[in-house]
Amino acid sequence: MADPTGERVPTVIVDDAHVVYRVHGSGSPGSGTPVASFKRLVTGTKQAAVREVHAIKGVSFVAYRGEAIGLIGSNGSGKSTLLRAIAGLLPVQSGAIYAAGQPSLLGVNAALMNDLPGERNVVLGCLAMGMTPADVKAKTADIIEFSGINERGDFSSLPMRTYSSGMAARLRFSIAAAKEHDVLLIDEALATGDAKFRRRSEQRVRDLRKEAGTVFLVSHSEQSIRDTCERSIWLESGLIRGDGPTEQVLKEYEAYMRK
Amino acid sequence: MPQTAVADSDTGLTLKELAHRHGLSSAGALPSFPAYTRQLWSYRHFISSYANAKVTSSLGKTRLGSLWQVLTPLINAGVYLVIFGVLLKTHRNMDNFIAYLCIGVFLFGFTQSVTQAGVQSITSNLGLIRALHFPRACLPIAVVLVELRNMMAAMAVLMVIVVGTGEPITWQWLLIPPVLLLQALFNAGMATAGARLGAKLTDIRQLVPFVMRIWLYGSAVLYPVSFFAERLSGWKLALVEANPLLVYIELMRHALMEKVELANPPAVLWAQAAGWALVVGIGGFVYFWRGEKGYGRG
Repeated sequence: MADPTGERVPTVIVDDAHVVYRVHGSGSPGSGTPVASFKRLVTGTKQAAVREVHAIKGVSFVAYRGEAIGLIGSNGSGKSTLLRAIAGLLPVQSGAIYAAGQPSLLGVNAALMNDLPGERNVVLGCLAMGMTPADVKAKTADIIEFSGINERGDFSSLPMRTYSSGMAARLRFSIAAAKEHDVLLIDEALATGDAKFRRRSEQRVRDLRKEAGTVFLVSHSEQSIRDTCERSIWLESGLIRGDGPTEQVLKEYEAYMRK
Repeated sequence: MPQTAVADSDTGLTLKELAHRHGLSSAGALPSFPAYTRQLWSYRHFISSYANAKVTSSLGKTRLGSLWQVLTPLINAGVYLVIFGVLLKTHRNMDNFIAYLCIGVFLFGFTQSVTQAGVQSITSNLGLIRALHFPRACLPIAVVLVELRNMMAAMAVLMVIVVGTGEPITWQWLLIPPVLLLQALFNAGMATAGARLGAKLTDIRQLVPFVMRIWLYGSAVLYPVSFFAERLSGWKLALVEANPLLVYIELMRHALMEKVELANPPAVLWAQAAGWALVVGIGGFVYFWRGEKGYGRG
């Protein structure tokens, strides 16, 4: 990880970061009765309704300007959590995460309002990313055009709850990709939509990469990691198992997954 | 476990020192209060369009749509009128009990709905908080705007009721906007403070209805304000009469009605109203800002 020349500029530094989720109301059988709750209060045992999930257990690495880093690992290994922590959306329990500027998370699960038409969601999403109303006005048509939701008729004026899951994901990606970012975090974004939209979104990500300092990509598709990232970090149950050139890390990862 | 790992084997810099040298900022650092306020101001367009979106989406599925903004306060006033005006007759020898009751019910409802929605404004938007960057105070402030908009519709209904029950339109009506403004500021404090409390202690939400009900009975909404002076004295009376909601309701009655008993002279009421708005409004916002970085944790 260390750079002997000392010339490269770090953009993201993760220093022994721990992320703990608190989950409320994960009712396990028998804990839902008033008597059980009262017993917990009296005996002072930890409330079973609040469970802590230790998702990231001490991760450290440095990312430099111009790098594209792939994050790989099995389901639930903490990849998306790590991205959210880097973006500052989830607070770290201990340790620290430093970043140049404001990293932006490009996710397909950005929550929008399902009862509103696609068009108004575009405006709302852009404003939430900090664009000015003038910018939003100029970009709205482009975003809807790029998402392609109007290819089957005028869907942009219908509420989002009427969209198919693919259409909604395409619109969300299009909104998030409308802005230029210093540090770009991409969460499975390339896996959405049909083949035609995937080609278009891959092109958009390449364009964004040129403008962005550093790109992180979370994906289960080894092909898209190979295509876009020269460095990869392999996470397994909240810990780094491998960090280095993509080819090498992917080889170890594949060997591990075949077991 | 080491506190910080060594990043550079040549210089022996820790990761923390490396971050400092290149001017990287910590993702979890709390912005300064002026910076946070400026940031919030630059998100004003988001706040207003988010508030609009919330109104549209909450009423979008009903057949009558935004007509409910007017119907809800009307039905609300009707219910209280039947119980307290017709059945219990708490008004005894009051001049215009209908107007008196409606002003109380509507103004109390403003703070009540802001508080209830404010307490849930963080917990019910975790998806949005974990996906996008914006000053989190946008959410409780949008709640205040939504309810302020509903309050405007309710005020139109209220003016019709007040005039319909025989009150004249006077210059005093010009005092309506300042009263509403002060109450909205007070409500903003309730919403922001409530949002942080609700995010930390999810149990608060269950208690809010009871707190609001006690507050309702302590605000002379349903019976004449002289009720307190007849039964209480000393510090108990002082406590009830300093109640901010009582102050706002009294001021509104003073503005809209000709002959109405007040607990204190108007000048004292105005001072109390401004004091409460400033203390709770700014206090709540500062309290919310202090917790800014923890809201995504859930």
